[in-house]
Parts: sequence; C-alpha cells; structure tokens
Amino acid sequence: MIAIVDYKMGNLRSVENALRRLGADFCVTADPQAITQADKVLLPGVGHCGQAMDNLRSAGLIPVIRRLRRPVLGICVGLQVMCRDSEEGNTECMGIFDAHVRRFKAAPDLKVPHMGWNTLENMEKKLFDGLHSGDSVYYVHSYYPSLCPDTIATTTYGTMFSAALKYEQFYGTQFHPEKSGDVGEHILRNFLSL
Amino acid sequence: MLSKRIIPCLDVKDGRTVKGVHFEQLQDVGDAVALGRHYAREGADELVYLDISASQEGRQTFTRLVERIADGIHIPLTVGGGISSIDDAARLLDAGADKVSINSAALREPSLIDSIAARYGSQFVVVAIDARHTPLAPGEAEEEAHWTVCTHGGTRPTDRELFSWAVEAEQRGAGEILFTSMNHDGTHAGYPCSTYRRLTSLLGIPVIASGGAGCAAHIADVLAEGHADAALAAGIFHYGELTIPQLKQELLERGIPVRRSF
Repeated sequence: MIAIVDYKMGNLRSVENALRRLGADFCVTADPQAITQADKVLLPGVGHCGQAMDNLRSAGLIPVIRRLRRPVLGICVGLQVMCRDSEEGNTECMGIFDAHVRRFKAAPDLKVPHMGWNTLENMEKKLFDGLHSGDSVYYVHSYYPSLCPDTIATTTYGTMFSAALKYEQFYGTQFHPEKSGDVGEHILRNFLSL
Repeated sequence: MLSKRIIPCLDVKDGRTVKGVHFEQLQDVGDAVALGRHYAREGADELVYLDISASQEGRQTFTRLVERIADGIHIPLTVGGGISSIDDAARLLDAGADKVSINSAALREPSLIDSIAARYGSQFVVVAIDARHTPLAPGEAEEEAHWTVCTHGGTRPTDRELFSWAVEAEQRGAGEILFTSMNHDGTHAGYPCSTYRRLTSLLGIPVIASGGAGCAAHIADVLAEGHADAALAAGIFHYGELTIPQLKQELLERGIPVRRSF
C-alpha cells in the first residue's frame, strides 16, 4: 500500500491519477499509523513552504515523516519541506536533505516562476534508471533546492539546481513526475519498484 | 534548457470535441478524451480544452469530461470557457485541471484574477486576451497600433487596451497570458510577431501565442522572433495539416528548444 500524505497543500488528484494509471494500490491519508505502515509514502505539495511546514506540524506529521524507514518521495513543496530551510517565508524545514531552498532571481530572460518542460542532467541510479540526459520533466516553481551532496539529478534555469535529492530512503523531485508524460511515469515506476 | 511549449487547443460543446478531425488512429474524433490522449502521445506539451457550451447542462457535462480527461493524460491540462467565479475555478480544479483560463469574466471583474490567484496560486491562472488593432496608418508598426481588447470571439470591443491590460493581469496575479490577435486568428497567415515581442518584453510571466498559424514556420517565428514561450493552435493540428512530431522536428532544425519525446 502506498500512502499519499494529505496535509491540505493543494490538489492531490493528479498524483492519485498517476498512481491509478500505474495500477498501484494507494490511500490518501493524514493518519500517522497508516503513513508509518505504508510500503511507500508520497508527499506531494503545491503552495507556500511555510504553510506546508505549519500544516505538517499541526497534523503532528513531522516526527512521523522523519522516522519513516520505507521509501518516501516528496514532490515540489513536498521536497522543499524535507530540505534544511527555505527563503520562502524564512522557513525552517525538516533538514532531511542538505539543500537550502532559494528563490530564482528574475531577469529579462529568466521568468519566475520557472514553468514548463526542462531537461534533466547528472542523473543517478535507481530513481532515474532507463532515462537519458536531456529527457524533459515538467516544472512549476519559484523556489529551488540548491546543489548539495544529496543531489541525484540537476536542471539548469539561470542557475543549476537540484532537480532531485536522495538521502537514505528519502527521495524528492522538484519537478512534477505526475505531469511529466512518459518520463515522469517512468520515474514513478522506478520509485514504486525501489 | 527550458523548452518552448506546443499546445493543441480543443473546443468542447456538450461534452464532445468540435471541429472535425480525421486521424486514422481515432474512431471517434468527437471523443475529447481519446483526442487528448492522441495529442499527448504525439508529444503535445500541454492541452487546453475550451468549453463552448452555452447551457448550464453543457457546463456540468464539461466538468465530468474534465475528470475523465485528467484521469487519462499525464501532461498539464488547462481548461477554460465560461469560468466566471471562484467557484467555477474550484470545481474545475477539483475535477483535475492544472490551470484555468479566464477571459471575459476577468474583464468584467478584474479582481477575479486576484482572488483565484490568492487561493490557488498564480500558476493556476491563465488570462486569455483577445484583441484587435485599428487599421494601420502608412508606416505605422503593428506593435505601435492601438490594440483593443474584445470579448465574444472578438466581436465586442471593450475599453481596455492590450498591453496595459496584460500588465494589470500580471500585477493582479495571472501566471500566464494567452494572447490571440483577432486580426490574425483563422487567417493561417502567421502571428503578429513584433506585437508578441513587445508584449513579452513588458511581462515577467510566460506568453502563449494563439491564432494565425498556417504552417510550422509561423510557429517558429512567433517563438523565436516574437519571444513567445508557447504556441497554441487548433485547426492546423485538428485537420492533420501538421503533426506535432513534424512541427517539433522543424523547430529543432531551427534551433528552437523543444521537448523530445521519450
């Protein structure tokens, strides 16, 4: 059973649809016990990082997530809350990944948010098995995780940043695999088979 | 590198896609879900569905259709047509839309942009603008002309002007601007590239070009010279004049970054 953590940070439907297309058994839950017992945990999230931390805290989920021993995948803000901190609202995050979350600096040729399809580079196994440098994934974000020892894929938009992070059994993607066509589906399948 | 996006647009009436298309792979070209999946497989970067039903019943059919489309595709989905309140936007978000496109309602009530963006984020709000320019005086550049924002398919002028309205929409929280020139829409003669260039230079958010494409070169021009971030087209894809793989190949050959298929 896969647990999709529902902490009131955006619509979960596209993540549910993606898992359904992959034929995975899943539940949408905020129950600590269900999350702890799940084989895999998905932590999606769209919105403000500070709000996301507040919601996790008031749902009592921060220690639950930190203690998980099964594979966890944070998506977008779900990744950001697992970093050290975020410039968005000067938020102290969970500190699972060594990255800092910073805001893109807008410039005439650099629109913020970074929205659309961008390429992956420097991909490491296993999450990216079967993919190739230059494959594209879908992004919508104004804040990015910095490069750090946990970086397992990069994308460049003005600056090079962590497209994905991994620390032990914790994974995160700044892009949206559930919206990234066949490439995204492949990444989710890789995660499900960890 | 960030890709330029290619976005097919499908008009839906009472739950069925309109504008007859004939693809060998598709039994029923009115089937909005199958057509969307076809484009997604071909390499469309995003899909736009516009509800052109006039009735309340048609609207409800559209919402149920959006649920089925969202279930069936794995690329971003924008929906529009008849969204006039935050409740309409919420209903479509719940159905699985990634973005909503608002047009006339934003002109009637500009604060709708603020309220949808505040609740769901700017990435969820596309403001569509239809505008028509006055006849050009001798020597007058198209981007210097007065572009009047219109509603009702370009038939009703408003007191708004394109560039200032686009800037206001951004300030109010729009995440993207979808601009259609009513002088060019349906002509198959190309886009007003210098106008797009001026528009993109004024905005810090992506601009989607729409209306006027007759061939791949037109789309290449608006992306390269017009600096548009994405191109939306309907007829050219629906009538099979140009497939998305053909278009992307041509764009690549011209050095325009596009997403490769898997």
